[in-house]
Amino acid sequence: MKTESKLQQILDNGQFGVTAEIGPPKHSSSEGMRHHAHMLKEHVDATNITDNQTAIVRLSSIAAGVHILDSGIEPIVQMTCRDRNRIAMQSDLMGAYSLGMRNVLCLSGDHQKFGNHPTSKNVYDVDSMQLIQLLRRMRDEKKFFSGEEIKEHEPRFFIGAVANPFADPFEYRVARLEKKVEAGAEFIQTQCIFDMERFERFMEMVRARGIDERVHILAGVTPLKGWRAAKYIQNNVSGMIVPEELVQRLKNAEDPKKEGVDICIEQIKYIKENIKGVHGVHIMAIAWEEVVPEIVERSGLYPRPKVN
Amino acid sequence: MIIAQQKPVKDIAAMISDCNKVLFVGCAGCVTVCLAGGEKETEILASSLRIMRKLEHKPIETVTFTATRQCDPEYIVALDNMVQEVDAIVSLACGVGVQYLAERFKDKWVVPALDTKFIGGATEHGVWEEKCGLCGDCVLHLTGGICPIIRCSKSILNGPCGGSQYGKCEISKDVDCAWQLIYDRMTALGKLDKLMEIQPPKDWTKSRDGGPRRAVREDVMIG
Ligand code: SF4
Ligand code: SF4
Repeated sequence: MKTESKLQQILDNGQFGVTAEIGPPKHSSSEGMRHHAHMLKEHVDATNITDNQTAIVRLSSIAAGVHILDSGIEPIVQMTCRDRNRIAMQSDLMGAYSLGMRNVLCLSGDHQKFGNHPTSKNVYDVDSMQLIQLLRRMRDEKKFFSGEEIKEHEPRFFIGAVANPFADPFEYRVARLEKKVEAGAEFIQTQCIFDMERFERFMEMVRARGIDERVHILAGVTPLKGWRAAKYIQNNVSGMIVPEELVQRLKNAEDPKKEGVDICIEQIKYIKENIKGVHGVHIMAIAWEEVVPEIVERSGLYPRPKVN
Repeated sequence: MIIAQQKPVKDIAAMISDCNKVLFVGCAGCVTVCLAGGEKETEILASSLRIMRKLEHKPIETVTFTATRQCDPEYIVALDNMVQEVDAIVSLACGVGVQYLAERFKDKWVVPALDTKFIGGATEHGVWEEKCGLCGDCVLHLTGGICPIIRCSKSILNGPCGGSQYGKCEISKDVDCAWQLIYDRMTALGKLDKLMEIQPPKDWTKSRDGGPRRAVREDVMIG
């Protein structure tokens, strides 16, 4: 189904998509986000807006979407299953649509243990799989999740989900991705890829099942600022794999930041040229948004296609 | 069974600091098996408090009794005489037992000695693990006999989430990922295809979210 999403248009046209990520602040000013959005707007097709990432309270992703949209970028509103039940989710989705948002990304969300309110309750009334179905039901069947009819103005989002090739059980990750496509996901963003070999194996299995022909897969990449960041992820973040040689390469670099950017660009070029079935990249420059334009340009992905 | 653990003695002491004669009631049910509130623990707790109070020069008199089950009116009737003389009752049963005592002995100060933690069982001597979240609508036939509701930190029905790695849950390297266990078991059983079915959201009205629950069996009701 065609939505008003520009991202969908680009991906459906068969162009290699570029998305980035903006994390809302831990305060109530939009200034920083607007600044980042202006910086990125010529270089990406859309940008994710994280939803209380790592369970830390931040400015609402939907409210942030208004600022991002206003600054000239199409937002991809992230929605986790951690903080809202099915009532709040549908209400917020309609609200987001009324404010001009056209893309949603469905995720489980990090456990609250990792955030700044570790004693809070988690919701998980519906899981990420069911959230995809919820979005589809609202859009395609014009029904609330309960089955009640939406008489008019149903929200018509381009529906995204995530996949993590680095979590376990490895083989089942591909099956679960297929399950998300069955549920109705139309684009997929992956977890940050550092272990290219594993990602290639993942994509091989994806192609074997024909999943890449049913959904747009955007490969997640992250420029690292130095070896400490790499080491931290390697040791402390569940569901991520950072090969030791990458840590060493950053450690031995004269200018680690430049090296981090170079590595990221190499990865993008490699993915684009060598891995079939990938339809774009999702650049997650965590607290380093300003480096995205350079990465996009040097990866040969600039200028971005124009859509109306 | 219900797994409970004793509260710190000083906390229990604080609940009865103004009492001179106290009845300690153990329970021979679950809390005996999980070594929290049986006859032995009841005697030990009563004597610890006697010693404590003696050292504070505020001696306390204790009476002890262990009921067959505190969650059954039939077995607490036996306390009717014992409670007359005491200022307070300390229950070493689960939260159910405490409430049954409070209900029966309306004019007595009834306090809990245990924290009622979960439904589970022992994995080795001295280690108990949570196994069931009392959701009221069991799905174990879909998940290879491993409960996703309580053993997955997010209660996900279509897992595992992206935080599952090396068999562990994202919240801790000491917690098994329930969905890895489910995957392994379904693989071993040759039933992996069952996991491709998208499980619908749960009807939580059958759980605590539907309000306090009641189970009625009309066929066995008397009169
Ligand atoms: S599915 Fe529900 S009833 Fe079955 S073990 Fe889990 S929580 Fe208990
Ligand atoms: S890692 Fe496994 S057990 Fe932990 S929340 Fe995710 S699916 Fe559930």
